[in-house]
Amino acid sequence: MNKVFALLSGDPNADRAVPPTGYTARLTVFTAGAMAFLAVFALSLTLATNRLADRWSSELARTATLRISAPADQIDAQVRAAMNVLDTTPGIATARPLSTQEQQDLLEPWFGPDLPLESLPIPQLIEITETDVGFDPIGLRARLQVEVPGAVLDDHTRWRDPLVQAANRIRSLGFVSLLLIGGATGAMITLAAQSALAANGQVIRVMRLVGARDTYIARAFVRRFTLRAALGALAGTLLGLVAIALLPQGDTAGGFLTGLGFKGAGWLWPFLIPPFAAIVAFFATRAAAFRTLGNLS
Amino acid sequence: MIRLENVAYNYGGGALFTGVSLHLEPGSFHFLTGPSGTGKTTLLKLCYGELLPTSGRVQLFGKDSAGMNRDEVALMRRRIGVVHQDCQFLDHLSVAENVVLPLTVAGRANEVGQDLTDLLGWVGLERQASQLPPELSGGERQRAALARAVMVSPDVLIADEPTGNVDWEMSQRLLHLLIELNRMGKAVLIATHDLNLIRAAKAQVQARVLRLQGGELQSAGAEL
Ligand SMILES: Nc1ncnc2c1ncn2[C@@H]1O[C@H](COP(=O)(O)OP(=O)(O)OP(=O)(O)O)[C@@H](O)[C@H]1O
Ligand SMILES: [Mg+2]
Repeated sequence: MNKVFALLSGDPNADRAVPPTGYTARLTVFTAGAMAFLAVFALSLTLATNRLADRWSSELARTATLRISAPADQIDAQVRAAMNVLDTTPGIATARPLSTQEQQDLLEPWFGPDLPLESLPIPQLIEITETDVGFDPIGLRARLQVEVPGAVLDDHTRWRDPLVQAANRIRSLGFVSLLLIGGATGAMITLAAQSALAANGQVIRVMRLVGARDTYIARAFVRRFTLRAALGALAGTLLGLVAIALLPQGDTAGGFLTGLGFKGAGWLWPFLIPPFAAIVAFFATRAAAFRTLGNLS
Repeated sequence: MIRLENVAYNYGGGALFTGVSLHLEPGSFHFLTGPSGTGKTTLLKLCYGELLPTSGRVQLFGKDSAGMNRDEVALMRRRIGVVHQDCQFLDHLSVAENVVLPLTVAGRANEVGQDLTDLLGWVGLERQASQLPPELSGGERQRAALARAVMVSPDVLIADEPTGNVDWEMSQRLLHLLIELNRMGKAVLIATHDLNLIRAAKAQVQARVLRLQGGELQSAGAEL
């Protein structure tokens, strides 16, 4: 902690001993800024996917549908039998056969309003909602197979699993992107610091001649690059946040693209980017400094 | 404090000198003379650990210079004030900042105070204090380098041609500074071609004159 404080407060004399490194300094600010900008989007993608996966899981998980296809004369008996089974199955909160009107509404988008439902062999749907615990779909299927041969249970796992899988995959990609951005930032800052050190060979020589330790010389460079990176990253993060805040707001439910952004406390996450950039710059410059100083003898 | 035992050095070609032994004890005053290119500067660099001997041993404050790590070298340098022949300043810092640099890097910048003004006054550089080293004349640079070397109040003072570019009067002032330090018990070693400077010094202190010639270090005769 003391070290961090010393780094932040700094030794103005030590800072002055290292001449201004105009070009590499600007390069560092720019790189950190650009990378932070990208990191904001990667972070926003990751968080948005998280939310999406949660929503898909929770919305789809609570409901299931039972579909009963049978000859017209048997359908009522089978529905009754199915309701019997469902009422005695633990984990099912409610079960309700859809009315003819409701089924008509469901089919209307595909077949139009004039569908003569009565005269068609349309399966009867039973809407199931689960309790918090949920039911055991495998056991239920086994019972239904025996007692209601015309019933097909759709617990939506078919839909949910690939969606949740895709969401998880996108989230992992988001994390990998963040890591890559961090790594690239470290690499760029290492190069900038190395070139700054190499350009200051004579300065380092003189400082050593008057008795400066390597840690002293390194600290002057490290502090400079760490502050530059933090500054650049802060600017990049703010720009990224503005860009995200200005994304068009669509409230169409489930619109994936319009869901990209931060919600509530999620807006605080991006503010971790500048300190993180500073940490990356600190270690990258330190390693570069001690390596270069080790080679300069 | 500084001991060279049977030291030889070469830059890759033939040996520049061999069998050099030299002891710098507290309160001692040495001059090093010899023709240009015989290795005076090289010998001085061995004395503050910038170069390591090709053979023989160099002991700096009881430690073998070849066995020191970087931190030990840094701490050793703080005990030796050096006026380099090519001065070695940080060109982006003012003269005053350069003069206090040895204190700054030792974390003792707060100790500067009046000493700096007095010192710059003595070497005649008050007016140039805030100028940059490249804006100084050759003699002014040498005076600034001497001020920097004595700023830390070192145990040993090593000066390579400290009066090469200054007039007689100024060289007497600088010599006076070195003699004062010597009287305080510091060891002083000066490489110079300036025989008048040597004579002037010998009139005031017990000084040994060494001559580097033909690859050997000898005591100069009484002709000086
Ligand atoms: N870094 C180096 N690499 C190779 N040769 C060098 C190096 N430095 C000095 N020399 C050579 O070593 C010899 C001695 O150099 P040095 O600077 O020690 O001489 P000097 O006695 O101080 O001369 P002067 O009186 O002109 O200052 C010279 O011939 C020089 O060319
Ligand atoms: Mg020389």
